Amino acid sequence: MREIQLPLSQTQKVRLQKALEQLESLSTKVNSDASVIIADSIHVNHEDGVLKGHGTADLNGEVVATLCGVVERVNKLVYVRALRSRYKPEVGDIVIGRVVEVAQKRWRLEINYNQDAVLLLSSMNMPDGVQRRRTAVDELNMRCIFEENDVVCAEVRGFQHDGLHLQARSRKYGKLNRGQLLTVPPYLVKRQKQHFHHLEEFGIDLILGCNGFIWVGEHVEAKDDMIEDQVSQSDSQVLFPNKNCVSLEEQEKNYTILETRKYISRAANAVRVLSTLGFNITLEIIKGIIDLSLSMNLDIHDMLGSEFCVLVAEKEAERRSSMKKRR
Amino acid sequence: MEYVSPEGLRLDGRRPMEMRQIRAEIGAVSKADGSAIFEMGNTKVIAAVYGPREVQNRNQQISSHALVRCEYSMANFSTGDRMRKPKGDRRSTEISLVIRQTMEACILTHLLPRSQIDIYVQVLQADGGTRSACINAATLALADAGIPMRDLVTSCSAGYLNSTPLLDLNYVEDSAGGPDVTLGILPKLDKVTLLQMDSKLPIDILENVMQLAIEGCKAIANYIREVLLENTKQLEYRRGV
Repeated sequence: MREIQLPLSQTQKVRLQKALEQLESLSTKVNSDASVIIADSIHVNHEDGVLKGHGTADLNGEVVATLCGVVERVNKLVYVRALRSRYKPEVGDIVIGRVVEVAQKRWRLEINYNQDAVLLLSSMNMPDGVQRRRTAVDELNMRCIFEENDVVCAEVRGFQHDGLHLQARSRKYGKLNRGQLLTVPPYLVKRQKQHFHHLEEFGIDLILGCNGFIWVGEHVEAKDDMIEDQVSQSDSQVLFPNKNCVSLEEQEKNYTILETRKYISRAANAVRVLSTLGFNITLEIIKGIIDLSLSMNLDIHDMLGSEFCVLVAEKEAERRSSMKKRR
Repeated sequence: MEYVSPEGLRLDGRRPMEMRQIRAEIGAVSKADGSAIFEMGNTKVIAAVYGPREVQNRNQQISSHALVRCEYSMANFSTGDRMRKPKGDRRSTEISLVIRQTMEACILTHLLPRSQIDIYVQVLQADGGTRSACINAATLALADAGIPMRDLVTSCSAGYLNSTPLLDLNYVEDSAGGPDVTLGILPKLDKVTLLQMDSKLPIDILENVMQLAIEGCKAIANYIREVLLENTKQLEYRRGV
């Protein structure tokens, strides 16, 4: 019922419809039967003493759904896994956010949640890498670290009395530079052990945030920061990078070669195609789409055209079909 | 003017208890958290939901539950007379308040404290029953946005002309000056959540007209349920895993 918003010709429409029907047939029957909408009754065995979880409610002794989604049962817990909804944080999730406000001792980040998340000054590593107490000078210099509209990678710390708290205590977290930020529905990003990916053949970094924010940027070596910091300290330079410096040296440092920029755009368009079609977003699928576009010698902007989207849908149907046979 | 012929047919060929053609489409606004288009005959309404998100005006924030805001507007081209009304005119404000109160009653706001839910409803074509279509579109958009609700609110209008109760009035019947009842119900809970009426109506006939409107609401609920279930299944099998 949800139309894919693409200008499709008649042939492409038929091909896309055929690919989607194949995907539907490959889908498990259990999932199809488990789909519920708001106010649907969920059949439970009351003698077992079920626990009602997220997305359910009690109505006259009957369990009904309060969301549209899929019913999941884990031992005695029954809950509804919502599909299209805002991000639901869990402790330890890797998220990408955008700074919306710099307040006293904290930054407020927009992470596609009910409220803005809070990143305390004491919850992150200082740029110089020194572990020390935060002073009033650090508070005054908070805008030198992150300012409004910066893109930041962090980890969910937990809920406090004043909202959701994040932390950025490792080298891999922090400000993201020289890349593209994409937003997709959070249900397309699966929780995995690894959310930081380095595509070595393209020289780019890929961060799949659990909240649906995806970062595609130039590769950054974590060790280089340490070396640079040492150089900065030995040179007795300012502890924080001077944003107003427009010297040639700074421009050269921020320059990204054209080849890498093209790969960044290609990877970003691969994610956009998956989001448009509503497919699960994983590293293997993204790599597959990039390789497919490269093998066809496709221009980067043509990846968002109707023909390539239909082709991606057909390839995904083939991939899932082969995986099912292999199982 | 004769609105119901002796054979029992209306001006557009419907029976008195027949509803206009209903059509619904989910996901019309790609950047919204939830969106829907709802059509009842020639009436066409688009709704978009943003949120739950951070409250924009801090002093309006409620610490125990969500703040629901609604904005209703009619496109200038939606009626035969092209009118240029300011945004804050009396009718828009009243309908915005009606939609907000109706949606607030069914959204589980206590699950989303200190957040804000914005509902934007715009009438693209008006041919009677715009209020009902707006409520149905808003319900679909809220369900699409994944906002927890206790039930789906559905709405329908009914009237009384030529001594006959009529379901789902169109513009001509609405303009006839007869009674016009707009009803919103929660079909699963079987509760009335909205009741508005224009003009006069005897109390015994009101019950008949209300009963007719309830039947209409339940028919719309069945259709909306089908649309949402199809959409949910589609999202699941496309995602894979």
